[in-house]
Amino acid sequence: MAAETTEQIDLSAAMILAPATPADWLVVAPVAIPILTGAVLMMIRHQTRLHGALAVTGLTVTFICNVLLLMRVLGEGPQVMTMGRWLPPFGITFAADTLGASLALVASLAALIGALYATVDIGAVGRRYGFYPFMMLMMAGVGGSFLTGDIFNLYVWFEVFLISSFGLLVLGSEKRQLDGATKYAILNLIGTTLFLATVAMLYGAFGTLNMADIARKADGLRDAAPLTTLAVLFLFAFGMKAAAFPVNFWLPASYHTPRIVTAALFGGILTKVGVYGLLRVLVMLFPPERELLSGVIAWAAAATMVVGIMGALAQTDLRRVLGFVVISSVGIMLAGLALGTPGGLAGTIFYAFHSMIVLTALYLLAGVVNGLGGGYSLRTLSGIYTSHPAMTVFALLMMLAAAGLPPASGLWPKIMLVRASIESGLPWLAFAILATGLLTTLALGRVFILTLWRPQVDGTARVTVSPATGYLALLILSIPVLFMGLYPQPVISVAESAADGILDASTYIGTVFPEGGGQ
Amino acid sequence: MEPIFAVTVAVFFATSIYLLLSKHIIRILLGVAIFGNAVNLTIFTAGRLMREVPPIIPVDLDMPAGATANPLPQALILTAIVISFSFFAFLLVLAFRSYQELGTDDTDGMRVAEPEGEELPPLGY
Repeated sequence: MAAETTEQIDLSAAMILAPATPADWLVVAPVAIPILTGAVLMMIRHQTRLHGALAVTGLTVTFICNVLLLMRVLGEGPQVMTMGRWLPPFGITFAADTLGASLALVASLAALIGALYATVDIGAVGRRYGFYPFMMLMMAGVGGSFLTGDIFNLYVWFEVFLISSFGLLVLGSEKRQLDGATKYAILNLIGTTLFLATVAMLYGAFGTLNMADIARKADGLRDAAPLTTLAVLFLFAFGMKAAAFPVNFWLPASYHTPRIVTAALFGGILTKVGVYGLLRVLVMLFPPERELLSGVIAWAAAATMVVGIMGALAQTDLRRVLGFVVISSVGIMLAGLALGTPGGLAGTIFYAFHSMIVLTALYLLAGVVNGLGGGYSLRTLSGIYTSHPAMTVFALLMMLAAAGLPPASGLWPKIMLVRASIESGLPWLAFAILATGLLTTLALGRVFILTLWRPQVDGTARVTVSPATGYLALLILSIPVLFMGLYPQPVISVAESAADGILDASTYIGTVFPEGGGQ
Repeated sequence: MEPIFAVTVAVFFATSIYLLLSKHIIRILLGVAIFGNAVNLTIFTAGRLMREVPPIIPVDLDMPAGATANPLPQALILTAIVISFSFFAFLLVLAFRSYQELGTDDTDGMRVAEPEGEELPPLGY
């Protein structure tokens, strides 16, 4: 090409000529590090003894990179890197704005704690079947979904974390796992394929896949292309991934079947990627269409939160209780999407941070309780307070957080969402959020009373698995929960800046297309 | 050309959705395979169809002289085919394994993870 010909070709119209500075690599580090760690783990698949330590190290480095990236994004605005030096929209762009960078940060923290707990929960057989490589590749997919600036690339990252999650879900090949995995795999595959079909139609209408390019061209195409149809399809496809009512039935069918660490990672992280997709596409790319659909989203949100928590009230298995709590938390996040106001979206984003941490913690808590009480059934679990009083402190804190009561983190995002609902003239949505809070208190309060508070039921076996690692994991997760509950201002300002970044995409577009060029 | 493809895509989607609504896993899997191909054809058609003009720029030009075939949909479809093929392979094995373990491919009979008539949680203590 250019190197072979003697005449000088001016490439500046098509390519980025400035070399990438080391700081630019931060944008791709949260994806590159987990992929590399996963690849290394696969290569040393015979030395599974090393897997746990390597995965924890890899995720720690990812976490640190995410912290640095978020600090840079907050200081200097969105960070962009385009692959292969092609100018956007031709090269695939990675664009980290406050929304993506902050969610990637919280997800990597949840994954790090999950990996820490996996060192006791996943035995030699699980390691041999590749728990850690699957987990690292899943985190690469999650990080890629949060940071990519290209909608087809978003689809690819969805598939990356989906196929890794299949691997995690069937690890062990028990009957119930295969049953749950069949439903999870088929319904999620249909959801993402539908997402791809929507991307195809979007490409047909816009001729571009770069999200910044789509955002700036949408206004000009509104009369010519059926953008509302695209928005409805995106709502359905991402809603399916987020487990919104009425397309949530794969979640309670499968989330209680895998190892408890896997369930913690799924419940904490994966549904939020669906919520992130909804925020990114409906708020940033198609705001008028979101406005049109807001009634539908509001009803779906209210139904998701109420149906979810009603399901939790009826369950005997602790893990199935938590599966329904995951669904109801998705409903609360959809409420902010339905409102679409800065306050509502900031509430949704804050709730996503909170819910990633707290749901991971609740599943890990269930794992520790299982180790102490031998089982997950609320009929037999009992008397843990007398043997392990410290457990009660963590359990109480996490359950207060999930129910949205002080001093834990769930209080503030719910206040923001309730206030935004009332300001938008939807008092029934505010009522649904508050009623869900009450029902969550009932559902988890019953778990607390039966599992920890009540005296030991006669004839139940007492297994003693050392809860030390579980305590460490829960202690680390308690720090952000208490911090967000007692000193919420920094988190609120991050959530507000993330909401502003998607409501007014001009900064995002301006970073991807510096001179407004690249056409 | 596009209208013919649009009709073909519609037939593909209709067939796959009909199969996906079945109770039997094997039919659902066939539906998933056709669904993936319906989407691939959608991408192909969405990129606009043009025959016999490869997207090659002559040596002395910076841009193609006229309209050429669109190479991007092919790259997208290639990615999508690889992904849908690997997922289909995984699903086939998964379906076979669950048939071995559960003894049925009828989704109504697959109630191991969510058994019928489960006992309620304790109502007091």
